[in-house]
Amino acid sequence: MNTTTFRTDQEFFLDPQRCIGCHACEMACAECETNGQIGMIHVDYVDRYFTPQTSVQICMHCLDPVCAKVCPADAITKDEFGIVHSANTARCIACSNCVDACPFGVPKKIEPMDLMMKCNMCYDRTSAGKKPMCATVCPSGALYYGTREEMRERRPNSEPVNQFTFGKQIVKTKVNIMMPKGSTVLVVDDE
Amino acid sequence: MATLPVPAEEIIARFGPSLNFPPPEGYPGRDEPDAVVKTHCCFCGMQCGIQLLVKDNRIVGFEPWEEFPFNEGRLCPKGVQRYLQNNHPDRLLDPIGRVEGKGFRTLDWDAAMERVVSEIQRIQGQYGNDAFAMLSGVSLTNEKSYLVGKFARIALKTKNLDYNGRLCMVSAGAGNKKAFGLDRASNNYSDLAHAEVVMICGTNVSETFPTLTHWIWQARDNGAKLIVVDPRLTPIARTADLHLPIRPGCDSALYGAILHQLIKHGWLDHDFIANHTSGFEEAKKAVESYDLEWAERTTGIAKEKILLAAQWWGPAKTSFLLHARGIEHQSKGVENVLACINLVLATGRIGKPYCGYATITGQGNGQGGREHGHKCDQLPGNRDIENPEHRKYISGVWGIDEKDLPGKGLTAYELVEAIHRGEIKGLLSICFNPLVSLPNNNMVREALEKLEYYVAIDFFLNETARHADLILPGSLHEEEDGTVTTAEGRVVRIRKAINPPGNARTDTSILLEIAKRLGAENYFTYGSSEEIFNELRVASKGGTADYFGITYQKIEDNMGVFWPCPSEDHPGTPRLWEDRKFKTPDGRAHFHGVPFREPAEIADADYPVILTTGRVVSQYLSGTQTRRIGKLVQQYPEPLLEIHPKLAARFGIKDRELVRVVTRRGSAEFPAQLVETIREDTVFVPYHWPGRKSVNQLTSGNLDPISKIPEFKVSACRLEPLGRQAPPAEETKAYASA
Repeated sequence: MNTTTFRTDQEFFLDPQRCIGCHACEMACAECETNGQIGMIHVDYVDRYFTPQTSVQICMHCLDPVCAKVCPADAITKDEFGIVHSANTARCIACSNCVDACPFGVPKKIEPMDLMMKCNMCYDRTSAGKKPMCATVCPSGALYYGTREEMRERRPNSEPVNQFTFGKQIVKTKVNIMMPKGSTVLVVDDE
Repeated sequence: MATLPVPAEEIIARFGPSLNFPPPEGYPGRDEPDAVVKTHCCFCGMQCGIQLLVKDNRIVGFEPWEEFPFNEGRLCPKGVQRYLQNNHPDRLLDPIGRVEGKGFRTLDWDAAMERVVSEIQRIQGQYGNDAFAMLSGVSLTNEKSYLVGKFARIALKTKNLDYNGRLCMVSAGAGNKKAFGLDRASNNYSDLAHAEVVMICGTNVSETFPTLTHWIWQARDNGAKLIVVDPRLTPIARTADLHLPIRPGCDSALYGAILHQLIKHGWLDHDFIANHTSGFEEAKKAVESYDLEWAERTTGIAKEKILLAAQWWGPAKTSFLLHARGIEHQSKGVENVLACINLVLATGRIGKPYCGYATITGQGNGQGGREHGHKCDQLPGNRDIENPEHRKYISGVWGIDEKDLPGKGLTAYELVEAIHRGEIKGLLSICFNPLVSLPNNNMVREALEKLEYYVAIDFFLNETARHADLILPGSLHEEEDGTVTTAEGRVVRIRKAINPPGNARTDTSILLEIAKRLGAENYFTYGSSEEIFNELRVASKGGTADYFGITYQKIEDNMGVFWPCPSEDHPGTPRLWEDRKFKTPDGRAHFHGVPFREPAEIADADYPVILTTGRVVSQYLSGTQTRRIGKLVQQYPEPLLEIHPKLAARFGIKDRELVRVVTRRGSAEFPAQLVETIREDTVFVPYHWPGRKSVNQLTSGNLDPISKIPEFKVSACRLEPLGRQAPPAEETKAYASA
C-alpha cells in the first residue's frame, strides 16, 4: 500500500434526512468490478404508507469495528486510514457473525458467492485520490465526501457527528452523520 | 397500412422491450478504454455532464464528470444506467419493412429509401403536400431540431410538422413570451443558492430532475424557506417548510389568492411595477375577490397555509420561483404560468442576483429544440412562421422563395386528430412515441391504423413504430456530434463517442438522404454537425433566441454558453433582465389578469375521483430507452395507483388489490398502493408504460387554447376494485405490455 494517494483530509458525511430515494448510489456502487453488479449500499423506504422518506446506509467504518472482532477467521481488517475492508475472500467462511454483530446492519452474506460483502469506501478510488462513487453521484447530498471545512461552509446549520450510543455501548465511526448544529452524539437506543 | 402486421406479442418477442443488464464483472475494456468522452446525459433537461468509456466502438461504462459546473459529477439512476442503452440486444441494425401476417423483414437502404420517397410523392401527389406530416422530438440536438424544421418545410414541403415538446414546455413557452417576450429560464440555477424563499410549483424535482435537488437544498442550507405546491407529498415536498397540497387543476386560484394577499398587505415593489411593467391593474382586478376563504374552498388548501406562503413570499428580499408540468399540463396551463409570473413581477424580484424565475424544461433538449423551427408555428431563432419579416429573413438564409415556405400547421395532438379524420394520410416520425406519450391513446391507435403510409426513424422499435410500414434505424445520442441547450439556457456540446453499429445510420444522414431523393439536395449540403450549427447561428441571428455569437470552440472553452449571445465577443447571458429591457413590444414585463376557471373535466357523480398522472425517478418519458434497462425497470417495475387510505376505504380497496380505473376515454387496471401522501380526493398513476398498462388510455385530449398542451394532470375517473390481489410485478412485465 505504499503507492496509495489516499487523501486523509477527506471524510465521508452521511445525511439520511436528505435522501430522495433515487437509488443512484446503489446503481453506481454496483458498477464497481469487484462488486459483481451488487450494490454495497442500501436504500429503503422507512414506511411508504406514511411517508416517501427513505434512508440510506453505508458502512460507517467503525474505529473499533465489531465485525472484525467477531470474525473467527480474521477475514476483516482495518487499515492505516481507518477503512474497514470487506472480507478477505480467501479467509471468509460465510459464518454471518459480522452480519449479526454490526450495529448498523451493513455487512450482507451474498449467497451465490458464499461470502460476506460490504462497502470498503471504494478503496480502489479513494486510494487513488478520487471520491467514492456513491458520494460522487448522489444528487441530493445525502452522501458527501470532502473536507470538514467544505462541509462547514456548505451546511452551516448542520454538525458532523461520529459517535453513537446503543444502550450502554458507545460506537465511534470514521463516517460522520449530519445532525442539527450543536449535536455531539446520536443516541440510537437509550434503554 | 399502419395496422400491426402480426399481434403485438410477436413483435415484442423479436424487438423488445427486453431488459439489458451488464455482465457481473462489467463490460471488458473499462479499465483501459480507447477513449473517455466528455458529453451529457441523454435524458432530462438538466443535461448533466458525464464521461462515457469507449472500447472497440462500444460504450462500456461511465465515469462522473466532476468539472462540469451544473452537476459536478452528480447523477440520478437514469444517468448512472444511461450507458446501457448502448450494446442493447433490441437495437435496430437494418431498415425493416412491414409484411402483412409475417411481421417485419430486413431491407437494404437503397430499397428502403426508394420506397419512402415514392410513398411521400404518391401521397402528396394524390392528396396535397400537407397530407404528409412529420412528428419529431426534442431528445434531438439543436442541429437535428433545426434540420428537421428545414427538412419538413423545404424537402417535405409540408406545413404539418410538430414535436413532442407539445407535451412538455409549450405552456411555459407561451406564458414567458406573453410576459417577457422571450422564452427561456430567466436565471441559471446558481441564483438559487442565496434565495430567501424558494417556491416550487407542480414539479416533482427529486424524481424528475434529481440533480436540481442539490441547488434547492443549497438554498435551504443557507436558510431559505422552501414552499412546495403539489397534490402529493413528493420527496422534495417532504422536506419543505411548507407543503401546499393543491387540488389538481386549481393552481391559478392559489397564485391569484397569493397575489390578493400581496396587494392587501402592500408587499409590492411599486417602483418596479410603475417603471418596468404593464397590466398590473388588470391582474389586480382579476383577483379582487380571491380572499382566503374563497381560496381555501377552491384549492382545497387550508387558508392558514396560503396566508403563510404569502407572508413568506411577499416581504422577502430575494426569491426563486420554479414550475414545471404540474401547472403546465392543464387546459389552462398558460394561465397558471402567467399567474406565477404575476407573483414574481409584483415583488420585482427578477433580473438581480438570487432573484429568479424559471420553468424547469423537461426534455433533454426541450429548450433548444423549441427554439429553432421544430414547432408548427415557428422558424429558427424563435421566430413566428406567420410574421412576414421573419419569413423573409429565414427564406433568405435558406435561399428559397418566401412563397414556397409553408405556413402554420397543426399541433401534435391536433395533427393526430387530423390523421383520425382522414385528412392526413402519410407520416414520418423521429424521436416521438405518441402511442405512449399522447393522451387518449386509444384514439391515437385508431389514427395510426388509418395512415396510408408511415415511416419511422428510431434506434429501437418503439410502440408507435410497430405500426409503421418502414422503420429506418437511426442513431443514439452518443453516435453524433451536436449541441443541446439545457433547462438553464446553457448551450453545451454533445460529443460523438462511437459510430452507429451494423447498418444503422446517423439521423442526420438519413434526413439528408431523403431530402436529396426528394430533389432538395441543394439546400442540404452539410459536411458536419458543426456546419449545420453555423447555419443555425445565422438563422437565429436577430431573433429572441440568438445563438449567433456561439461557436463550438466557445462552448468548449467555457463549458457552455448561455444564449442570447448575439456576437462572437459577447460572453452570453446567464441571468436575463439585468438591464430591465424586456423583449415585449413596449419593452415592459407584462402582468396578465388571470381569473380562475375550472379544469375541462371535473369530478361528478359518475366519475367522482380526480386522476392525475406523472413520473417516477427510474423512468424517462415514454420509456423507449429506460424500459429496456434492467435495473431501472426493477426499481419501479409497474405503474401503481397511489390512493389515500381514506379514499380506498370508501371503495373497500386494499393494498395491492387490482383496481380498474375508468374514465370517459377508457379503462385500465393497476395495483393499489395505499399511501397517506396524496390528497383524499385524488389518485395518481405514472405514465411511462405501454399498452394495457398505459394510463394515457384514460387521459383526455382537452387542450390549453393557446399552447395546445393536453390536460394530463386532471381527469375525472371512477374506481372499480376487482376483489383480487395483483400478481407480482415480475409476472406482469408491464415494461413490455401489449
